[in-house]
Amino acid sequence: MTLNTYRGGPDEHGHFGIFGGRFVAETLMPLVLEVERAYNAAKDDPAFAAELARYHTHYVGRPSPLYLAERLTRHFKGAKIYFKRDELNHTGSHKINNCMGQILLAQRMGKQRIIAETGAGQHGVAAATVAALFGLPCVVYMGETDIARQQPNVFRMKLLGAEVVPVTSGTGTLKDAMNEALRDWVANVDTTYYLIGTVAGPHPYPAMVRDFQSIIGREVREQMQEAEGRLPDTLVACIGGGSNAIGLFHPFLDDPGVAMVGVEAAGEGIETGRHAASLNGGQPGVLHGNRTYLLQNEDGQIADAHSISAGLDYPGIGPEHAWLHDSGRVTYVSATDQEALTAFQLCARIEGIIPALEPAHALAHVGKIAGGLPKDHIIVMNLCGRGDKDIFTVAQILGTKL
Amino acid sequence: MTKAADSGRIARRFAALARQGRGGLVTFTMAGDPDFATSRDILLGLPEAGADLVELGMPFSDPMADGPAIQAAGLRALKAGASMKTTLALAREFRAKDSETPLVLMGYYNPIYRYGVGRFLADAKAAGVDGLIVVDLPPEEDQELCLPALASGMNFIRLATPTTDDKRLPAVLRNTNGFVYYVSIMGITGTRSASDEHIRDAVSRLKRHTDLPVAVGFGINTPEQAAAVARTADAAVVGSALIARIAAGLDAAGRPRPDLARGALDFVRGLAVGVRGAREGTRP
Repeated sequence: MTLNTYRGGPDEHGHFGIFGGRFVAETLMPLVLEVERAYNAAKDDPAFAAELARYHTHYVGRPSPLYLAERLTRHFKGAKIYFKRDELNHTGSHKINNCMGQILLAQRMGKQRIIAETGAGQHGVAAATVAALFGLPCVVYMGETDIARQQPNVFRMKLLGAEVVPVTSGTGTLKDAMNEALRDWVANVDTTYYLIGTVAGPHPYPAMVRDFQSIIGREVREQMQEAEGRLPDTLVACIGGGSNAIGLFHPFLDDPGVAMVGVEAAGEGIETGRHAASLNGGQPGVLHGNRTYLLQNEDGQIADAHSISAGLDYPGIGPEHAWLHDSGRVTYVSATDQEALTAFQLCARIEGIIPALEPAHALAHVGKIAGGLPKDHIIVMNLCGRGDKDIFTVAQILGTKL
Repeated sequence: MTKAADSGRIARRFAALARQGRGGLVTFTMAGDPDFATSRDILLGLPEAGADLVELGMPFSDPMADGPAIQAAGLRALKAGASMKTTLALAREFRAKDSETPLVLMGYYNPIYRYGVGRFLADAKAAGVDGLIVVDLPPEEDQELCLPALASGMNFIRLATPTTDDKRLPAVLRNTNGFVYYVSIMGITGTRSASDEHIRDAVSRLKRHTDLPVAVGFGINTPEQAAAVARTADAAVVGSALIARIAAGLDAAGRPRPDLARGALDFVRGLAVGVRGAREGTRP
């Protein structure tokens, strides 16, 4: 079946096809409905949009550039490669786009305390940043495994005045941090706003976070028109929960000439079982408030995700991606730790940009396809984060002592 | 869809409690915690120890509404090999021994969803399960499991919380039967306790909206607290405190000591004495 639009979801219950929904405990349900009401009101309020635009321009540093990576293009001897430079945003990743929107919503709702979960720490840093900007206390839940491998971001959050709570339950990674944040929220529903960092969680979060991230794709449309006078041919983005990818893809979903590729983390290889590729290696299930593809065993117990990149180390994926996968509109592939590491080094040497390990997965895929495409084929890759936070991880793998 | 008859056990039990003029004791243990055999010994001993209704947890790796005690119980069970199959096996053994005490399975949706809703309902019913409590299925998701469960003759018990206001209560109480489980605190299991006054007000608020019995849980740790709750509610639910007893019966290597089950059941006996004595002297 061909749909009239791929941009109409979710329905009023938060469903993208069979995915999404509101699978939360009753204690949270009234609050989830309150967030939805508040977001719907804000969405239609020009004053909200104007305030968000003002912060984007003067605080975040938007629009981020659309950069033609000429040396990389020559290197791969094929398609023309553009980077959307969201790593140049304040705080170093696309995460701030969403945090800026949600903090303004939390303000409208009169909430006095912010909680967040984080994996790589990029969302935690962005959440701590906007909380500092608005003078609100902020608690960030972070798995102890991630704390160990992302020390610079932990220190950044503390400098910003946030409390970083180590999560030891489960496997001590992003999914457990999200469980713990939900437990905090259940206990503090009156005062607290849960600032979810990706397009997951119960409705309206997947739609709301997507809307806030869609500024990426909207800017690319305009910038590409200016640079090339047309739409791009292929969009490529990495996928953990999938917020940077949906932000790039969503404004183009109804342009049939634009191909889209989401790149999951294959870790040590999908065949090894040690990966974070929910679409390529998981089955539908229900976790963290929505139905989506999950890494799980045959008994419905959630499995551990594995990736060199803490930001992709999540056993699920946003429900809209699950739907776009099943409908075939977006192609989902994967790149291994090793492929990402090679791309990471290549980008540093050839373009003078140290990317985060997350978009290094996207770049690894660009490297696989660019050479086989004609020179007038335009690829836009979302360079959604910078790699400063990853230099310790990479140094360790390369055997360099810092 | 034609509606199959339910087992009637839950309604009969609450009617009997009302006739006796006392509140009931509901216990929660995790299926397979700390291992299948010990879990079975505890489960099968609960009615004799004074449990009026038995909730059996279905282990889940990511129990987001539960505190540390129940999280740990689920992980212990999973580590010892628990699965939906072994949980249903425990239910069958319980029903083979006790034909009247209501048995309710409680947990999260994903393990049921993976097992398959139709197959789960058929197998649970065949095992002698009377009702279900599924924490992450609010009324907004009733078509998933609630409606098929009711149609198959399985009671579907709903959670009501302090955040469920009068406007929302009718929606929460629409497709439900058996009893209403009032979560007396905002928070996860086994952390805080609600005041007697809060519980009294909450129960009378619920009673204005429903004729179903009201069981109150979360934060009930002692026979005295259980007694206080049973004075105003139709039943008191004890979970985390009982599970803490089970955890205390493990040795340093995490193996059950020989007296673990007896210790847990003695704790239940103490709670039952509290609950049974609760309304003495308070009734005409």
